[in-house]
Amino acid sequence: MTPLLQVENIAKFYGARIGCTDVSFDLYPGEVMGIVGESGSGKSTLLNCLAGHLTPDRGAVRFDTRTEGLRDTITMSEPERRMLGRTDWAFVHQHARDGLRMNVSAGGNVGERLMAVNARHYGDIRTKAIDWLGRVEITEDRIDDRPTAFSGGMQQRLQIARNLVTGPRLVFMDEPTGGLDVSVQARLLDLLRGLVREMNLSAIIVTHDLAVVRLLADRLMVMKDGHVIETGLTDQVLDDPQHAYTQLLVSSVLQV
Amino acid sequence: MSDYNFAYLDEQTKRMIRRAILKGLAIPGYQVPFASREMPMPYGWGTGGVQVSAAVLTPEDTFKVIDQGADDTTNAVSIRRFFQKTAGIAVTEATSQASVIQTRHRIPEEELSADQILVYQVPIPEPLRFLEPSEVETRKMHALEEYGLMHVKLYEDISQHGDIATAYAYPVKVEGRYVMDPSPIPKFDNPKLEMAGIQLFGAGREQRIYAIPPYTQVVSLDFDDYPFHPSKADHACDLCGATDSYLDELIVDDAGGRMFMCSDTDYCTTRRKQGHIGAQGVPYHEDAA
Repeated sequence: MTPLLQVENIAKFYGARIGCTDVSFDLYPGEVMGIVGESGSGKSTLLNCLAGHLTPDRGAVRFDTRTEGLRDTITMSEPERRMLGRTDWAFVHQHARDGLRMNVSAGGNVGERLMAVNARHYGDIRTKAIDWLGRVEITEDRIDDRPTAFSGGMQQRLQIARNLVTGPRLVFMDEPTGGLDVSVQARLLDLLRGLVREMNLSAIIVTHDLAVVRLLADRLMVMKDGHVIETGLTDQVLDDPQHAYTQLLVSSVLQV
Repeated sequence: MSDYNFAYLDEQTKRMIRRAILKGLAIPGYQVPFASREMPMPYGWGTGGVQVSAAVLTPEDTFKVIDQGADDTTNAVSIRRFFQKTAGIAVTEATSQASVIQTRHRIPEEELSADQILVYQVPIPEPLRFLEPSEVETRKMHALEEYGLMHVKLYEDISQHGDIATAYAYPVKVEGRYVMDPSPIPKFDNPKLEMAGIQLFGAGREQRIYAIPPYTQVVSLDFDDYPFHPSKADHACDLCGATDSYLDELIVDDAGGRMFMCSDTDYCTTRRKQGHIGAQGVPYHEDAA
């Protein structure tokens, strides 16, 4: 089977400092990969390199495009990369405000990606927007409200709907549950888990919350100081951590 | 006349502006940056249009200025006088006799010919500006032809008002490539953007010039199920009886009295001279105006 995403020796430096280095992995269709680590460990740098927001200094990120098979997204032209960014890829930001247009209604936010790939029928766009708002548990009567009128959890769900409406194959998530209270987090995770399974999405989730990866991720990568220090199946890594840092990380979780 | 260089600007400046105009004509709808000069009038009064006019005027030209269709408003009168003073050129109010027409917010009703130039005053040249505040990002969107966002604005219109409520500065796609703001002309005028004359757009504060060459395809953006519709007040002109011109609505007393009249004053006067009379009109007299 061809991997959906093939990452080879990615490295990003900020001057002399290491952002992340020597990261390699394959992600297969339908697989969810978690990246955990403490703040400043290079998780977000890595994610931004993979999603094309940052240009890595070394390495290759090959994505299995629909027409031409595996292609290096770092060396492909910017229009092609941006096209991927609004069709086959999705990026869920930690702060919903970074991923939403706050002065455009919820329906417009969801419809934007459709219109970006040349949907030109208002009725169809609206129907799709209503459908997707429903899937993320936002009722139809809120479609013309602006995200500013939404709660934090709703904004995050709206961001997810906006990203998934074009049926992407790979979703990048940067701390999707950060800043939400625990009951809202639980619902959001439940929703995400459902959508990932239902649409057979592949996802890369960056988080420092081990509960999130326990619920969502098939595989886990633990990062520290820009290096990957441990990889494996999620349960394996969390239940039987080998590296000293992973052991520290796992034992730091509060038990209620 | 020896006090000023011809048409106020110095020759080097005019060359710089002409280069921008030529580039604009070569890439229809593309916003060309230019080094906009300080003009003896405030931004928002047509500094961009005035600079473009100054660059294209020749001593043989006949100049006309309209503001919202009218030849006799402050803005039109002062710009016309400015060029009379600094260029000593002939001026006119008749659309057909002018070789260069500077306009604010209207296209003349009378069809322009191939030997005429229409200069627009533009406040915000970037059609995507109100949705995407970053200039870096909007330039990239133009470069990569990512115009989905423009439809988001039209979507918002329909979802809020039930129809595309944008009535002026209605976005257009020029020659199948660049999305362009036609300056705040009513969308009634959009179909006229495909014309025989040269159209130049100048934005002084924003330092941009763009252009539409003659006979260029200009398509107003819309949705399949909400097609573009050039609208006007459903009335005839009360002065000249014209049913095909864009109308201004005037409140004439405090008892709800109102009248509709052509916004293009030259068009209206010409028709009245020809003997057309509207519902509230009186026969034309030379000295009545």
